[in-house]
This record gives sequence, C-alpha cells and structure tokens, in this order.
Amino acid sequence: MQKLLLLGDEAIAQGALDAGLSGIYAYPGTPSTEITEYVQNSKYAQDNNIHCTWSVNEKTAMESALGMSYAGKRAIVCMKHVGLNVAADPFINSAITGANGGLIVVAADDPSMHSSQNEQDSRFFGKFAMIPILEPGNQQEAYDMVHYGFDFSEKYGVPVLFRITTRMAHSRSGVVTRETRRQNEVHLPSDQHQFILLPVNAKRRYKKLLKDHFLFVDESEVSPFNQYIEGKNKSLGIIVSGIAYNYLMENFPDRVVPFPVLRIGQYPMPRKMVERLVNECKEILVAEEGYPVIEELIKGYLGRGLKVKGRLDGTLPRDGELNPNLLAVALGMQDTVGLPVPELVVGRPPSLCSGCPHIDTYNALNEALAIIPRGHIFSDIGCYTLGALKPYEAINSCVDMGASVTMAKGAADAGILPSVAVIGDSTFTHSGMTGLLDAVVEKTPITVIILDNATTAMTGGQDSAATGRIEAICKGIGVEEEHIRLLKPLRKNHGENVRIIAEELAFQGVSVIIPRRECIVSIDKRIREKFKKTQPASA
Amino acid sequence: MKKDIILAGVGGQGIISIASIIGHAALEQGMHLKQSEIHGMSQRGGDVMSNLRISTQEIASDLIPFGKADLIISVEPLESLRYLPYLSSDGWVITNIKPFNNIPNYPDIEFVMKAIGRLPHHIALDADTMAKEAGSIKASNTVILGASSPFLGMAYDKIEEAIRFIFRNKGDDIINLNLKALKSGCDFAQRNI
Repeated sequence: MQKLLLLGDEAIAQGALDAGLSGIYAYPGTPSTEITEYVQNSKYAQDNNIHCTWSVNEKTAMESALGMSYAGKRAIVCMKHVGLNVAADPFINSAITGANGGLIVVAADDPSMHSSQNEQDSRFFGKFAMIPILEPGNQQEAYDMVHYGFDFSEKYGVPVLFRITTRMAHSRSGVVTRETRRQNEVHLPSDQHQFILLPVNAKRRYKKLLKDHFLFVDESEVSPFNQYIEGKNKSLGIIVSGIAYNYLMENFPDRVVPFPVLRIGQYPMPRKMVERLVNECKEILVAEEGYPVIEELIKGYLGRGLKVKGRLDGTLPRDGELNPNLLAVALGMQDTVGLPVPELVVGRPPSLCSGCPHIDTYNALNEALAIIPRGHIFSDIGCYTLGALKPYEAINSCVDMGASVTMAKGAADAGILPSVAVIGDSTFTHSGMTGLLDAVVEKTPITVIILDNATTAMTGGQDSAATGRIEAICKGIGVEEEHIRLLKPLRKNHGENVRIIAEELAFQGVSVIIPRRECIVSIDKRIREKFKKTQPASA
Repeated sequence: MKKDIILAGVGGQGIISIASIIGHAALEQGMHLKQSEIHGMSQRGGDVMSNLRISTQEIASDLIPFGKADLIISVEPLESLRYLPYLSSDGWVITNIKPFNNIPNYPDIEFVMKAIGRLPHHIALDADTMAKEAGSIKASNTVILGASSPFLGMAYDKIEEAIRFIFRNKGDDIINLNLKALKSGCDFAQRNI
C-alpha cells in the first residue's frame, strides 16, 4: 500500500494495473488519453506483458477488448465520449454477449466542451445498452471502482461502463493503492454459444440481460458507492452524482449538509433509496454533471406530483459544467464573486504552433483555391481544425472523425466542384479510409488532402497507425498512383505546392495529396529527450 | 491552513511546473491537495489555468469557487487579469510583467500594467530579466514562484526542499540556479508587500 499523487485518469490506470489487467485498448481523445499513456509508461505493465498499443479507432479498441474478455482475461477500453459513438455497435452488443474476463469501458465526457464538439452524456449509452455504470466522485474512488468494476463484471458476466468527466480526468489528488492482483489465466467462456449472436442465442441472452437488470438494481441498493446521508431538514432532499457531490460539499465547510443527500456512484439507480428520499422530503434537487439523466428519470415527462429541481427547471443551467457557485445558488445560499475582468482583456484562442506544417499547407491551399468561390473545403478533427480560425479561414466543416472525406463526396455528388477534404493522418486511418473507398468506387471527383505529421498531435503526440502506410493504403483502396501526390509543406516550396494542388483540383476523379512534414512539437520533444540523455537540462 | 491558488498563463509556458513544486512541498508537510489542469486543445497557445488547492483539512471541490482564491499566480500580465472573478477580497495577484504576445489584438501593455496597478494587492515583476540575472531565462517561472512564496502559508525552506526534489535529476547547477531565482523573486515580493 502506498499513496500516490494521481490524475483521475492515472488513478483508473493504476487501479486497472493493480486489479490484474491484461490489456488496455484505446484511441487517444481528450480527456481520456492519459489512462492509456500511464499504462504505456508503466514498468510493471512492460515487465508483465500487458497490452497497451493504441488501436486504430474506438470500435477496433472495443472489439479487441471484448476478444480479450472472451479469452478470460481482464481488459479495459478507454475513449472520449464521442468515441463511444464510434464504438457503439460492439458496445451495445457486448451487453448481449456479456463478458468472460472482467471488461470495463471508460467513457470520458467533456461537459462545457473544453476540447470536444458536443457534451453528450455517456450514461445514456449505458442505459441504452442496459450496462451497469460506475461514476467516481474523486480520484480514490476512481481507483477503487476499477477493482470493484472488474469483480462486478466477472460476477455477472457483463461489461461495466465507467463514466468520468473532464474535471475528474484531469484533476490530481492523493490515492492509496492496494496490493497487485495476479492476471487471470486464459479460460474460454463456459457457455460456448454466448458470443454467437444468432437470433436464437441473442434472444436467450437478451432475456438474461433483462432479468439481470433487477440484480443490478439490487447491487446498486447495497453498493459502497451509493450512499444515503441523513439530514435533519426534510424540506429538501438532494440527489447528487459523481463529481457534483464535491461541489455540494464545498458549500458546507464542516461537511455537514442539513438536508438528506443521496449520493450516486453506481447505476442503474437504486430504486429503494430514491423512494426513501422522495417519501421523506418535500422537494428534490438533482445535481449531476452532464445531461439531466437522473432528473428526467425521477421527474417523469409531465413532471406531475413530484417537485424536482435541477437542470430542467432552470435551478441549475441546462448546459455546461457544474461548479460550487452554481450549487450554492441552487441551494439559495449567498453567491460569491471577486473582481470583474477588465474590459481590455481579450480572448486568447488556441492557434497552430509557430513552424507547424499545416500553416504552409493551408497557405498553399488558400492560394490554389483563390479563383473559386468559398465553401468547398471539408475538414476533420485534429490540430488542423484550427485552420478554421484567422488568418487562414481555410475550412468549412468539422463534424466527426472521417467526415471530411464523405462530406466532400456528398457535396461533389450534389455538384459542388472542386470538392476538397482536409484530414489528418491519424484521423484518416481512424475513419477516413472507408469513405475514400466510397469515392473510388464511384470515381467521385474529390481531392483528399491527408496532412501527414507522423503523429496524433492534438492529444499530445501519440503514435499514428498511418505512419509509413498512407500511400500503400490509398493505392490499395484504388486511388490511381499518378494521383497520389506527395509534397513537403515548407515556405520555400510554396509555389510548387500551389501548382500540385491546383493540378489535382482540376482532375475529374479521386486524388490524394499528402503534405508530409513532422509535427513541430514532436520534433521539439524528440530533441529535448535526446538532449536530456546527454546532459541535464534546465527548468 | 488552506490556500486556494489560480495558476495562469499561456499554453506551453509551463505553469504546471510551479504547481508541482508547491504541491510537493504541501504533500511533504502532510497536507491535502487537489490540482485541476487543462489538457487538449487550449494547450496550443491558448489561455490556460490550473486550480491548485492545498489544505490541512480534506478538500471537497476540485474547482475553486468564484471570490475565494487566495492567490492568482500568473506568468503573463494579461493572463493575470483573466481570472479576477476568482480572487477573494483580500487575495493577492503575483504576476510576471513580460507579455507573451501571440495574438493580433494584444492590448497596449501600458493599459494592462495600469489595470494590474489598480488591484488592491499585487506584486508585479520582470521575472524574465530576474531569471536571466540568476543564470537562465528558463527559471522565470521559479522567480514567479519565489515572489509568491511569502503568501503560500509555508516556511521558505520547504519550498527550497521541493525545488531540490523536483530538479534532483538535473544536477547541482540547475538546482542552485533555481534556488537563486526563487530567492530573487522572494526578495522582490518582501520589498513590495
């Protein structure tokens, strides 16, 4: 047993290692990335042959983890909330197959969209799949819940969804660790048909899941992570989940809340506990990070009878993260605020780094497109999305991983020509390849620019599955070799790069342009590490 | 003892190094700690902040409530003003005066300095120059930390110890350089409180 200072993400990783993990599967995505990186940097993981290589996308990660669970070993799969959309097919069906070795699916939600395109709440996916959910309120709980989650998963033969939010993922605190459990031996599922989801088996498995749901509710009633905390003042009962509990407690310096509090960390919701709170209290306040999932459940659509306050009636804001002040106001307490921000303080949006290869590519692209109307450039998820901002204003869309290629195709089908996709190397192998095949099959006139900086840059420079493979992939998919063009995005090559882009824009078929130059941050990191090895560096 | 600290700067300026030194010193004294960071998109040259909370009592929230921060420590002058709604009425702002100008509409630095000058409790110093005098501009963050040290509620030598620990693999020269930078920041603050 030792005490470590860990990010929420790191606490999950350490918990998994200590709970007998055999493999972690993931695609990088803020705020989930550090879970996998922690395992990758762990000497213990290396010494014990724990799988920790990045997957190509969240779907392949989820399926690989399911395969490891099938083999009887404990696996964890990690993604950001929108990654669960990509992994939704295997995730939902894994509720029907069930798990053999313990299987935990971590989804890191991003309320307030610090680094995301929406703030969807992964608890909906858990409910949709009828998969039990764990939601930690602090780093220690995150650590403990991984042990509990693996045991639960093996006890009921069901995957467990582990839902965290940005503040949980990226906040650091002390964590007391336990002794390391041995990894499971390989053992096949006792039911040889459970993973064959032919209708005949799936029907049987689904009935089991429906029955087990009641057992999951029973478990929630006695879970160490669901707590009924007595309070003398019954004019209000508070239901609070995950990290929102901390914001509630912050308003009570002696950590005593006068009202009864039901603290939720495990779903499905503990029915009896909710009933007790509702019976005892005059009205209910629900504080949860993300969507009003619990609130809608207990309020009902018409909201008749029970007085429930929360995000739906405006007691708390409908969107965005919670914080201690929002809870104070919801409780009718005095709000606090410091000085106003002086008017001269302007925003400082993120921007492409000085020396970034994307800058040269966008400059060349903008010049090549100067003669055609604006609005023809479909882009994607990554650092290069910053090309939407001034001074480039070079792209017209950013929707989901891979959508640049397929949206460019659809727009070309509609008659927008030329139609251009701008996608990063890692995003291309994540979800762009299949769309490119669509375009090749129909010979759709689109120009796909694959920005190859040899890394997954936005999330901090993880290995990209695309590195060294892009031309071969494009050729294999069927792009004509003479229309796979390589260029080096440097200012001195500007004229030539503009010419190449213009040539391919004019081509009435599928062309791929690959501007290739290593990410400037990756180079810096590489040089610093080399320097560190030779002599000690400064702060 | 409880200190709620907002650390402010621009992505890439390394405000986390200040947090790890204060954090280490706090933990060595058996204090509780919560530190919330920003990762992802904003690290690309955008404004970044970190909530650092240290306390002898257990800490509830990862986020500091508005109007409750004891300190805003900023490595950039414009950024020192962005989080004023967090500052308590008797809180201090400790800031570098050297601007990091990566936006086209950066306000006139004179007006920024005037706004800082109007704050009731502030220490504003040219940490970059002081760090250079101590031996390396890279120790600028340590100068800022030094200027914050009288407000951290812990003995100065605990912060020195934390620096020795954090830079333990970097050799005596680097440690001494940072101790010197720390001292110059601290002296400046003492003269200007």
